[in-house]
Amino acid sequence: MKTYINGIGCVSAQKTDGDFASGFHVNQATNVLPIEKPEYKDYFSPIAARRMSKAVKNGIVASTMAMKEANLEMPGAIITGTGMGCIEDSDKFLKAIIDNNEEFLTPTSFIQSTHNTVAAQIALGLECKAYNFTYVNAAVSFESALIDGKLQLDEGEADAVLIGGIDEMTDYTASLFKLAGFIKKDEEGSFPILESQTPGTVFGEGATFFVLESKKSATTYAEVVDIEINNEIEADILQLKVFDFLSANGLGVDDIDLLVVGINGDAQFEEHYRELTQKQFVHTPQAYYKHLSGEYNTASAFGLYLAANVVKTQNVPPIVQVNGQTKPEYKNVLLYNHYRGIDHSFTLISKA
Amino acid sequence: MDALKQELKEKIIAVLNLEDVNASDISDADALFGDGLGLDSIDALELIVLLDKDYGIKLTDPKEGKNIFQSINTMADYVTANRTK
Repeated sequence: MKTYINGIGCVSAQKTDGDFASGFHVNQATNVLPIEKPEYKDYFSPIAARRMSKAVKNGIVASTMAMKEANLEMPGAIITGTGMGCIEDSDKFLKAIIDNNEEFLTPTSFIQSTHNTVAAQIALGLECKAYNFTYVNAAVSFESALIDGKLQLDEGEADAVLIGGIDEMTDYTASLFKLAGFIKKDEEGSFPILESQTPGTVFGEGATFFVLESKKSATTYAEVVDIEINNEIEADILQLKVFDFLSANGLGVDDIDLLVVGINGDAQFEEHYRELTQKQFVHTPQAYYKHLSGEYNTASAFGLYLAANVVKTQNVPPIVQVNGQTKPEYKNVLLYNHYRGIDHSFTLISKA
Repeated sequence: MDALKQELKEKIIAVLNLEDVNASDISDADALFGDGLGLDSIDALELIVLLDKDYGIKLTDPKEGKNIFQSINTMADYVTANRTK
C-alpha cells in the first residue's frame, strides 16, 4: 500500500496560508521565534478556547486546515508526536503546587498538561473514536507518528490518517533552555543559522499536520516512501547508514534531487550535517528550514511541509537553499534531522 | 458589596481564562452556568477552589454549589456571609 500526503496544515513562525513560500521571512533579531498567530476564532469559540493552551489551539487549527485541504471529514486514526507536550499547562500546574503548598490545585491545567491532550482534543472535536496515539520521543516524536501513520495504511487499518507534530514554547521553558545553553545567548544580538559559529540554537514552536491516504487525489503533494529513526549514529558511519537507507529503497545518492537538512546553527552539533552536505551530497541541491521555523522537537514536521511543497510545486525557494545547486526536476527528496547529536531521522518522499 | 462583586467577576475571568470577556460583560444577575456564561462542571471545580483559596470557604457539600454559583449576586451573598479571610 502506498502513502500519499493529500493535505497539510501548518502553524509556525511563517505565514503558510497563502501560496507556498510567499510569506516566508527570516528573523535573525531574536533567539526564540514567535508563531504567526492564526485567527483562532475562525476555528473555535472563545468559550471553548478558555481551556486550550497554545499547543492545543495550534494543533486544532493545523489539523483542521489539513483535513479541509484533503476534503477529509473523519480520519481513520489520529496520531501525533510531541517532544514536550503541553508544557505551558505543565508549568502552571507545577507552579500552583509550589505556590499553594500543594493545596488548591485546580483541574484544568492538570487535564491539559498531558502530552496526548492535542490528539485527544482533536478527536473530541471531531467525535472521532478511531485509533488515537501520541508519541513522545524527543526529536523523533514526529517521525514516530509518521511511521505509525504509514503502518496504519500499509496494514489496511485505515484509508486515511491524520498525523501531526506539535510543540509549544513558554517564557519559563525558554529561560531554562537559555541557562542550559540550548538557546543562543541573548548577548549575541543577531542569530544567523547557516553561518553560526556559536553553540545553542534559535528555538521556535508550531504545529504541522498531514492527511495521509492510500490513494492519490487532486490535492496530493508527494508519496511518503520510507522513514527510519536511530537514537544514535556515530558521525563516521552516517554516510553508510544513509547509503543503506537509500539502497533499501532502490536508490543511490545520485537519485536524490534535494537534501533537506535540519541544520539549526548549533556549532557544537554540526558534524553530522557536514558529513552529508559537504561530502556525498555536495553536488546535490540542499535546503534548510530551521531559520524559518526555529528548533523544537517536532520542527522536522515543518521540514516535511517544506519538502512536500517543493515536490508539488517543483520550486525550491531561494530563502531555503543551502548550496545554490539546482536540478531540472525534484522527484526524490531526502530529509535528515537530528538534535544535539541524537535522535536521527531519515525520511524519503517522492513525486507521486 | 459592589466592590466584592467586581472582584468576583475579575477573579472568575482570570481563573477560567475567559479571554474575550470583560467584567462589564457580566451582569450581577446573569446565570453563570447554562445559558449565561456557559460554564460547566469543570468550571464549578475551579470556582470551589477559588472560594477556598481566596476567601477561606470550604464547600463540603457539592450540591450547595448549584445555589451558590447561580449568579454573581448569589456568590457575593455567600462569600459575605461565610468568608474567613
